[in-house]
Amino acid sequence: MAQDGFETHLERQIPALRRYAYALTRHAEDADDLVQDCLERALSRRYLKRPDGDFKTWLFAILRNLYINAYHARRRRGVHVGLDDAPPQSAPADQESGLLARDALAALDLLPEEQKSLLLLVGVEDFSYEQAARLLDIPVGTVMSRLSRARGRLRAILNEERGATLRRVK
Amino acid sequence: MSETRVPIGEDDLQAFIDGCLDGPRRAEVEAYLAAQPEVAARVAEDRRLRAALRAQLQPLFDEPVPARLRISGLRAARRSRGLARLRAAAAALAIFCAGAGGGWLAHGPAAPQTAAPRPMAIAHEATMAYRTFVVEVAHPVEVRAAQQDHLMRWLSKRLGRRLAAPDLSPQGYRLMGGRLLPAGDVAAAQLMYDDAAGNRLTLYVQAAHGTETAFRFAQMGEDATFAWIDKGFGFAVTARAPRDALLPVAEAVYRQFEAAGT
Repeated sequence: MAQDGFETHLERQIPALRRYAYALTRHAEDADDLVQDCLERALSRRYLKRPDGDFKTWLFAILRNLYINAYHARRRRGVHVGLDDAPPQSAPADQESGLLARDALAALDLLPEEQKSLLLLVGVEDFSYEQAARLLDIPVGTVMSRLSRARGRLRAILNEERGATLRRVK
Repeated sequence: MSETRVPIGEDDLQAFIDGCLDGPRRAEVEAYLAAQPEVAARVAEDRRLRAALRAQLQPLFDEPVPARLRISGLRAARRSRGLARLRAAAAALAIFCAGAGGGWLAHGPAAPQTAAPRPMAIAHEATMAYRTFVVEVAHPVEVRAAQQDHLMRWLSKRLGRRLAAPDLSPQGYRLMGGRLLPAGDVAAAQLMYDDAAGNRLTLYVQAAHGTETAFRFAQMGEDATFAWIDKGFGFAVTARAPRDALLPVAEAVYRQFEAAGT
């Protein structure tokens, strides 16, 4: 890939990378730190990237690896709970329709990272199942069954929350 | 008749939810859902959730990109950092040379240890070192691979063994660099490698008096290690990878040290 081509490709993916990073971290500043690390890493290993490869998959895999490494480091240290990390209960649950949208992202946080990433990559970032399989380094069959499990869990979490809200209202 | 049709699977339903089923199969799924109201309700809810998630994240996608993420800025910052790193590496080597000359840390690198470490103890040390440095973005290694000759001479001298960095490119890993670590009263060397996706693995080497051992596998959390003792040295290969993926790398390292005949 020529220098300009590479950087144009990179620049074009930034909005999607920020969106994925934010959904993972739920923290605007952390998300942009993660994207910055990802871009720097991509720049430093551009020569390892074959031009015919799947650029977007490669880039998202870098970001995800950085997230997983950083997340493990943070969990070990057991620190840093920002305001944005606080549970979303404080949000007023006034409208049923708004509730669904707000809760979809919050409920996603309750899933294990591998399910969360898969739902984001396939459902939001429009990766094909084959690309997602390559990115997560799992067979396509596993992508399908994991997707089904993740959606089932998301549904269960939201139904439970909706039930809890109704009980509170009564 | 419908018996000859390929039955609708969970994968069809997922593909339907993601809107990536083509014509005839899509029609079959729709016919199936029309006859199965419970499944249809579940699928409809999954579709709503998918749309809700997209809608919720869309404003972030549309936001203007912050200035600090501009590629031109990142590239300029990288260039000046690269120079700083070279200077730091040169300084580190200068300190080491002064120390070696002045008798600093001068006891023999292969000084006998009171208790010979077992492979599992080496695996533990290696995993701790892996966890400390693998998350480092700015300074994962003390001396970068670009100064490989210096690096290997330096580590060899401290370990008392001629050490060559194994070539793991057939396994998809590239040498990033290395560092020196304390290991009881001797020194240990940590070499760090990464693959094109940024997955890192480390090779940890320290003096270890004891009989040769076979590969020992240790799993700490998600971090996997193969450790073994051979010819007076303990080796450990650590990565956040499944056992089966790590084994060929450990074997490659073992083979290369054997071939080197040290």
